[in-house]
Amino acid sequence: MNPDPLLQTVVQIADDHLILGHRLSEWCGHAPMLEEDLSMPNMALDLIGQARALYNYAAKLENKDRTEDDFAYLRSDREYTNCLLVERPNTDFAYTMLRQFYFATFMQPFWQSVSSGTDETLKGIAAKAYKETGYHVRHSGEWIIRLGDGTEESARRMNDAVAELHPYTDEMFTADAARQYCIENGAVPDMQSIQAIWNNNISQVFAQARLTIPKTPYPQTGGRQGQHTEDFGFLLAELQYMQRSYPGAKW
Amino acid sequence: MYSQGLIGADTATKETAEFLAEFQARIDAEEKIEPNDPMPQAYRNTLIRMIGQHAHSEIVGMLPEGNWITRAPSLRRKVALLAKVQDEGGHGLYLYSAAETLGVSREQMTEELLSGKAKYSSIFNYPTPTWADIGAIGWLVDGAAIMNQVPLCRCSYGPYARAMIRVCKEESFHQRQGYELMKSLTEGNEDQKAMAQDALNRWWWPSLMMFGPPDSDSQHSDQSMKWKIKRFSNDELRQKFVDATVPQAELIGLTMPDPDLKWNNSLNNGAGGYDFGEIDWDEFWRVVKGHGMMNKDRIRARKKAWEDGAWVREASLAYAAKQKANAA
Repeated sequence: MNPDPLLQTVVQIADDHLILGHRLSEWCGHAPMLEEDLSMPNMALDLIGQARALYNYAAKLENKDRTEDDFAYLRSDREYTNCLLVERPNTDFAYTMLRQFYFATFMQPFWQSVSSGTDETLKGIAAKAYKETGYHVRHSGEWIIRLGDGTEESARRMNDAVAELHPYTDEMFTADAARQYCIENGAVPDMQSIQAIWNNNISQVFAQARLTIPKTPYPQTGGRQGQHTEDFGFLLAELQYMQRSYPGAKW
Repeated sequence: MYSQGLIGADTATKETAEFLAEFQARIDAEEKIEPNDPMPQAYRNTLIRMIGQHAHSEIVGMLPEGNWITRAPSLRRKVALLAKVQDEGGHGLYLYSAAETLGVSREQMTEELLSGKAKYSSIFNYPTPTWADIGAIGWLVDGAAIMNQVPLCRCSYGPYARAMIRVCKEESFHQRQGYELMKSLTEGNEDQKAMAQDALNRWWWPSLMMFGPPDSDSQHSDQSMKWKIKRFSNDELRQKFVDATVPQAELIGLTMPDPDLKWNNSLNNGAGGYDFGEIDWDEFWRVVKGHGMMNKDRIRARKKAWEDGAWVREASLAYAAKQKANAA
């Protein structure tokens, strides 16, 4: 397979995982209960672990002596191609769990398909990631139900989160030319099949959570082309602080 | 959970001279005291205070290190730090459960932390302005904690002793990880070396204070030693820590910020050890009493997490109640 489209696709997926892992890690020590102070970092560790495996693969595909840290820390905002959903701020626990649920419900069938795909390295990454993602779907999905069908306040917060975050979900299913190339080569699944599974799984959980899937006439997209929301610059400022302050230092 | 059945249980015991003598005989015979055993109220209270303080220290201790999770300089360091801070949360959970076996609830203990009634280790009231502080905390603070905690694996109260075995394993991993981080800085460029030395300068004395006031004015020690809750005095543990840590600093080319530090052949019954300078106990008491740089910030952060999360906990209970009602 042509390494360039594959490289671009691998970096996209890696960016999704790094940025969501970073966002989740912001909760560590500040969660609503101690159990969540353990489980959110747990999910963050899975996501950043997956990002590392993917960046290492990207570095190998690129073959220009860049490392996982060069990809993670030393690019400009326009060079990150994560979808906008994963960079949205934590806001509150309802937003955080919904963002997690939307993304994990997308990645679970994605990894499942990749694990029987045509790219050997991605297959290996997918086998482990699939198991981890299954846990994320369960954990966040249970919270969606608990909060949606909990108190008046939790239901209101859950509904607010759905209204604000749902427009960001369409972007997960978009495929640029590079990704289309990888789909045609069987390295990653086609997006329509994943979207059908996603819709079905979201509907099931939303029904139990007494939530309604909103119509989103104006989806929010741009991340895949490196066009990010304002919050993203601050995320990068923190993420890159040490690497930018001490160029070339080893840690 | 098993321990929650014990919360608020009637634990009154008639403390006759005979009962107290029998209890002391069990302790002297190195028997473990278990949750349902009769025990003097003061023994129970001492353990609730100690385990509670220990649990709070783990939880508050997540904050100074958590301060660097989003700014860790490499992905390898980021996951290591995240996992470490998560471990501390796990220790907190474990210890709250151990304290629950003595009849006090996690909520009660949390309220006491937030109201300032319960204490936590004063070391966490110091700030972490640089990345090297993450190394210094692992190496020195976790190192000092291990000195304190390894003897607690033999504590007379069974649940605490057993909890400490796992906690100590993880802490000793953190200590090695922190030392490795410091070592990597001392092998780096001039900025990195300076950062490491600066962090050591700031953390060395507070970590010596972690062992508590000198034996001459420690208020809880005597009875705790008799009950075999504690096995060594504050000063004994402090000396062990100094003796173990000074050579580690030398090995990586760092200098202890103590001009009075010198080898003394006659210490430790002739085995030798390090004399060290006067600890600033005024600073210690100032920070314990709430006037350290970060005391107010730490409690504010914990209160914010607790208050902001109230609706989540309430929703969780409400949902559980609905499920129960539906099942009935």
